[in-house]
Amino acid sequence: MKGILDSILRVGRMVFAPTKTVEYPEVKLPLAPRTRGRIVLTRDPDGQERCVACNLCAAACPVDCIDVVKAETPDGRWYPESFRINFARCIFCGYCEEACPTSAIQLTPDVELADYRRGSLQYEKEDLLISGEGKHPGYRYWDVAGKAIAGKQSDPVDPKDLCP
Amino acid sequence: MKITVNGRPLEVEGTKDLLTTCLSAGIEIPHFCWHGDLGSVGACRLCAVRVHDGPEDTEGRIEMACMTPVREGQRIEVMDPEAERFRARIIEWLMVNHPHDCAVCEEGGACHLQDMVVASGHHRRRAEVPKRTHRNQDHGPFLTQEMNRCIGCYRCLRFYRDYTGGKDFEVLGAHDRVWFGRTEPGALESPFAGNLAEVCPTGVFDDRWWSRHYARPWDMAETPSICANCSVGCNITLFERGGTLRKAQNRTHGAINGSFLCDRGRFGALAAEAARPTHPTRKGAEILWTDAIAGARALVARGAVGIGSPRACLETNFALRRLVGEDRFFAGCGAAEAALVARMAAILRQGPAGIASIRDIERADAVLVLGEDLTGTAPRAALALRQAARDAERRLAAEKGVPEWMDAAVRVAGEGRRSPVALVTPLPDVLDEVALWPLRRAPAEVGAFGQAVAAALRGEEAAPEARAVAEALAAAEAPVVIAGAGLGLAGPAEAAAAVAAALGARARIALFPPEAGSVGLALLGGTGLERAVAELEADPRPVILLDASLPDRAPADIVDRLMTAATEVMLLDWLDGPLAARADLMLPVTAPAETSGTYINHEGRAQRFFTGRPSDLVPAWRLLAPLCGATETTLDEILAALAHDCPDLAVVREAAPGAEAAPVARLPARASGRTAFDLAGRVPEGQPRIDADSALAWSMEGAQGLDAPPALRTRAERPGLHSASSAWVGTEGVGGPVRGGDPGVALLMAGGTGPGSTGPGTPLEDMPGEGFRTLPLHDPFAATAADRASPPLAERAPGPRLVLHPEDAAALGAAEGVRLLVDGLPAPASLALDPAVPRGHVALTGARGYARFVTLEVAP
Repeated sequence: MKGILDSILRVGRMVFAPTKTVEYPEVKLPLAPRTRGRIVLTRDPDGQERCVACNLCAAACPVDCIDVVKAETPDGRWYPESFRINFARCIFCGYCEEACPTSAIQLTPDVELADYRRGSLQYEKEDLLISGEGKHPGYRYWDVAGKAIAGKQSDPVDPKDLCP
Repeated sequence: MKITVNGRPLEVEGTKDLLTTCLSAGIEIPHFCWHGDLGSVGACRLCAVRVHDGPEDTEGRIEMACMTPVREGQRIEVMDPEAERFRARIIEWLMVNHPHDCAVCEEGGACHLQDMVVASGHHRRRAEVPKRTHRNQDHGPFLTQEMNRCIGCYRCLRFYRDYTGGKDFEVLGAHDRVWFGRTEPGALESPFAGNLAEVCPTGVFDDRWWSRHYARPWDMAETPSICANCSVGCNITLFERGGTLRKAQNRTHGAINGSFLCDRGRFGALAAEAARPTHPTRKGAEILWTDAIAGARALVARGAVGIGSPRACLETNFALRRLVGEDRFFAGCGAAEAALVARMAAILRQGPAGIASIRDIERADAVLVLGEDLTGTAPRAALALRQAARDAERRLAAEKGVPEWMDAAVRVAGEGRRSPVALVTPLPDVLDEVALWPLRRAPAEVGAFGQAVAAALRGEEAAPEARAVAEALAAAEAPVVIAGAGLGLAGPAEAAAAVAAALGARARIALFPPEAGSVGLALLGGTGLERAVAELEADPRPVILLDASLPDRAPADIVDRLMTAATEVMLLDWLDGPLAARADLMLPVTAPAETSGTYINHEGRAQRFFTGRPSDLVPAWRLLAPLCGATETTLDEILAALAHDCPDLAVVREAAPGAEAAPVARLPARASGRTAFDLAGRVPEGQPRIDADSALAWSMEGAQGLDAPPALRTRAERPGLHSASSAWVGTEGVGGPVRGGDPGVALLMAGGTGPGSTGPGTPLEDMPGEGFRTLPLHDPFAATAADRASPPLAERAPGPRLVLHPEDAAALGAAEGVRLLVDGLPAPASLALDPAVPRGHVALTGARGYARFVTLEVAP
């Protein structure tokens, strides 16, 4: 008898306790910014695409689900002509983000990617590109490497000048 | 000679420097400015090792391996801590001005500098000085330049100026600001400039086509192939991704191309990327494949005549010959050319001289070139001749105690002495500068000069020049005689045979036929077009044609008569040649880069090439085989049929393992993107394409690198060595044959054996005639329509030319720039005048492989 009453008391107490269950999908769980979900391509502070089509994300990808095609601007900078991620294959390991020298490719806390058709899980560049800087505000690859780095290199030399 | 490297005793030859010796033994020493074919200059100081003179020398000293001769009893420590520290400092220093832009550099992933930086352990930049920058130059359709990446190793300059003899490439500036390029922007003139993409150990020079159609080195399917653009048969690797040819690169072959290709070979395969016919047509209107095949069957049933092609592979010509029957099979070139190539094969087969490979030409100490414009007809042989011409320099340097490998010192000590190279050509030649005797003779007299040399060698009377050449050849240890079909005359080849016979067994002979498939076609038999035309005019029948660019290699009137005499013309070609519009039935087939087959090169070496790019079209041989009721669909089956029908050609099957061999991967193990780039969204996801013609797989499954047999080997690399500069990994010692043996199989053996041997063969004579004799002009960038189809080569291809001697022109009453009629037809170019053209000759482009007499008149 004592045991039954004790049980009722314990259960009854929980009626007034705050609920832990979240009514997903009506209510979203707050995910940490580092959660590895849908991949995006970010832009640098100027609003330019950060991706330089170096293919390191594709090379790092253990399931080979990234395909990048390089193109070149007239001033010699590279950018991706196309950038495709097959999310039907992606395992969200985050190696691509780790490999990226420009902080362009980033995993976001959006994990809701289920679909009925595999074809719609194939994300092209326009699907991936966001307008913000993501997790690394202020970073611009072209400030630290590649062509024309202001302040870190001298003016082009005149090869016909023999002065040391 | 015994030395000890890293505590390991080695037995070595001792004629080379320490670096070459160690690399040949498979011991890696980081190096940078050294190149196996360019020798040592000791410019970069990266190959530092600790050298002890003998067992009693406990201290030793740091020395540059590339500048240290091998000595008996030496002990070498590569991983000595001080040497390691030294190398790490050197590479850090080399990197001071390097932009560290690997992420946006084409070379990244196959970069010698990248490999060496990793090998030396440098990973953090300490220098805080601003980096020097350079301006770049436009170098034409072949190469890109990004001078900021330059670390000043001088390889480009040494290759371009010293090795190829190029003039329009300089080093300018001083100090750490040296700049490499032309004084004025523009395409590099040398026909070997494309090699800079491989010679440059960083990303300064790169393949422009590749840069425009870029994929990372680890992402491309690599297929061993053979260059189809001249008779030398250089080995190349084709790189493909997503159905696009990305680039062609040198594939080392010890006896042929070594480390370098000509630009025609490097960019010629890209012709597959040109706009090409993709659908069968009947009188210009697209039709279905089923209708086209039905039409072809009907045509064959009416007893068609087959015209083979010197451009096609052995299998295709064989399939056509079997389809139409031996007596209705003709060579797709003029009768003179067909007879000449057959005669060349007979000369090579007879001996008494050995057959010269390109490497033999490179190592010759006396060379006689009869009539051939080598730079135009067989560019790789011209490059080899330039190295042979330096033999006297090397000998003089050796007398002074300067070893052969010490490149810069040899050039000084050699005092510019020239080897006995005699160049007997009708027109001034770019090789004149390396020849001791640049001799000018009219085309018909080239053969006469050669015969005079042969007479002098036999001890008979001869003119002083011929006697001088004969004496030099007689005194040489390894003389080489070179001739070819470049003048369209048999005289030079016959004279070369006579000279080689007079020189005896130590001599070697090289005869260059016009095209990659010429020898194969000649071995299948078949006379030239004239006979076909005569038979067709007597008995009109349908014609099956393998080549739409027939007017390139046969007189226009003969081609015209052929097209008129044929009741119907079925054309199989991969290009829209000049005859495509006149064909009744046109069946598009695969380009050489998309085909598997066999080419037989000028030495009679049968070499297999494989499908370098998947195509929806089928090879001509596969299209032709079923038309006669045969069931062959794979290369192995057609080769078995070839071996059955032509037992003396059966040995070509051994040129490479068949499709049943253990699989070899085309893709490197780290190929990426395969679930995204063409398979995404497909359920079930696609399977890799199957190659029925070879053991090469369109995936990363199968043998990688050196595990593959030599003929199927796609790449030679080791962990940590990924660049073209590490080609030595794949050879038996630096500059040696490919590991496991050079691929290919020799068909023509000196001594009378081999296919088609029908006795000694009768010497050919050139017929005299009336009017102007045509003198074919050759171009290193574009010899045929197939070359001009390649987008980069098309940009460098010169326009048509027609040149006369000014006095001949005056006699005709023609001024410079007028249009002439050649045999009553308008000439392709306006008249140019040059006193170098022999009297009575008209120098013409596009007149390859035949010299004939034409009448000239001024167009009204």
